[in-house]
Amino acid sequence: MVDIKRRRRGGEQPVVPEPEFTSYYGRPVLNAPVWRSPDIPGYLFLGGLAGASSLLGAGAQLTGRQRMATVAKTGALGAVTLSLGALVRDLGRPARFLNMLRVFKPSSPMNIGSWLLSAYGPLAGAAAASAVTGKLPKAGAAATAGAALVGPAVASYTAALLSDTAVPAWHEGYRELPYVFVGSGAAAAGGLGLLAAPAGESGPARNLAALGTALELVAFTRMERRLGMVAEPYRSGTPGLLVRAGEVLSLAGLAGASLGRLSPVLNGLSGAALIASSALTKWGVFAAGKASAADPKYTILPQRQRLQARAGEQ
Amino acid sequence: MSIVTDPAGETGYADHPPRMGFFTDTTVCIGCKACEVACKEWNAIPEDGLALTGMSYDNTVGLGASTWRHVAFIEQRRTIGVHDDADVLAMAEQATPGDGDGFRWLMASDVCKHCTHAACLDVCPTGALFRTEFGTVVVQEDICNGCGYCIPACPYGVIDQRKDDGRAWKCTMCYDRLGEGMEPACAKACPTDSIQFGRLDELRERAQHRVTQLHDSGIADARLYGADPGDGVGGDGAFFLLLDEPEVYGFPPDPVVTTKDLPAMWRHVATAAGALAACAAAAFLGALKGR
Repeated sequence: MVDIKRRRRGGEQPVVPEPEFTSYYGRPVLNAPVWRSPDIPGYLFLGGLAGASSLLGAGAQLTGRQRMATVAKTGALGAVTLSLGALVRDLGRPARFLNMLRVFKPSSPMNIGSWLLSAYGPLAGAAAASAVTGKLPKAGAAATAGAALVGPAVASYTAALLSDTAVPAWHEGYRELPYVFVGSGAAAAGGLGLLAAPAGESGPARNLAALGTALELVAFTRMERRLGMVAEPYRSGTPGLLVRAGEVLSLAGLAGASLGRLSPVLNGLSGAALIASSALTKWGVFAAGKASAADPKYTILPQRQRLQARAGEQ
Repeated sequence: MSIVTDPAGETGYADHPPRMGFFTDTTVCIGCKACEVACKEWNAIPEDGLALTGMSYDNTVGLGASTWRHVAFIEQRRTIGVHDDADVLAMAEQATPGDGDGFRWLMASDVCKHCTHAACLDVCPTGALFRTEFGTVVVQEDICNGCGYCIPACPYGVIDQRKDDGRAWKCTMCYDRLGEGMEPACAKACPTDSIQFGRLDELRERAQHRVTQLHDSGIADARLYGADPGDGVGGDGAFFLLLDEPEVYGFPPDPVVTTKDLPAMWRHVATAAGALAACAAAAFLGALKGR
């Protein structure tokens, strides 16, 4: 039998006793997700970084911040390439990746995501190529605009991909996870701008990181409040540690960024911290979902309560 | 969610056979596991581990890529008026069947539910999972690219990935046998007719009759699981008669197809994408006065 008691946060005392439930020898009801780390959390993180970077790149081009634009566009291309690579690598049959595109199926976020990435990838590639070589500026500008248009969808659809499962911590969080994910992506893109672009052009990157972090933290807090006991995996064990480390790093990164206007080293460190914080959040969410699927109480108790509530209504 | 009685017709089959299903009456299951063996033999399923669990007579543990039938075994102890030092052999000699000493074994052969609203089928990005003309759900092994999405989508923990093969596998309700007018191997092999195969509408009637019969004979715990077309998955193509709460057998008590909330998920994704664009716009506007 699995030990159904969970470790709690240091010092925090349970207000109510662990609710009782029955299960089949403590075994999980769900089959565990077979998605592996670092492939899938990496895919989530890099998708967010890419999508938000495309917005930063387009804005930088519009406002004449050429070096920032080049950094953001090449960053977006690198991130989406790695992201797609991670997704393919995680397949049981990587050679059959293109089967993803044999149908168009809105009921499958992974199918829609594959179509999004197939549209976004070439746009990000053309935008980056034009920015780096300086050739075909008009086509480059069009690709930049296109990537900025599709980018937000690339950064957010992965939340639906996780939520559209029976995994309690992922499914129940479907109202807030998209905001957590785009916020985290914005923080990462802002961090990349701070890390790699000249300090004179880094104002918007700093702002984007601040807005993204705020959005992420607010959405995450709301999610935890709404989810009740199903949110436990986001706060306990290794997943909880990852999420908390992400929060600490993002706040540290923001503090450093606001102090670091005159110090390129501090600016760069802050940028790196923001990128790392985004990755930690995605890893934490991924791991929390796996933990919630492994413990039958997160599947059984909410369903039991739902049945009781329904019986009470009648 | 509207009640769907004809999933094959909804999928687009114009002229199709009636919806077929399993009714597993666990009250007559003797735990022989002939269904597990027959399933493996007919479908040529590879070995799925020969370890002993030590938890019960159940060494199959659960459904998976290479386990399409699983016999659950539950030993329930209630307050029994015997002491630890009792002579069990003498007790066995004296015991009469069904003398109600508050001790019982529950056995149940679990299988893919072939849901009316099947999450695995909905989320499959390649279309490898499809609805057959019999209303069942089957994986096309030549299409599946092993993305693994169906696995956490299933609310019952049925489908899984075969590690050495990479693809997802589950019960096909013996699609090949159904096409020939034969019953699935597990139902054919079941010596007590605990596993009954047939038209789903007939099975539901028969099951209701059986529950009434059990209630009349004083077994108040008897209840159907997965037979209600109004439940969260639109009713199961394979449903069960149980003698205890579903979770005792490892079933989720109130499963809901995850895609029921997908329209809301897409709305939040769209709003979040808009929020990200707004953040970026604000980030550049905010930097204007700083220049």
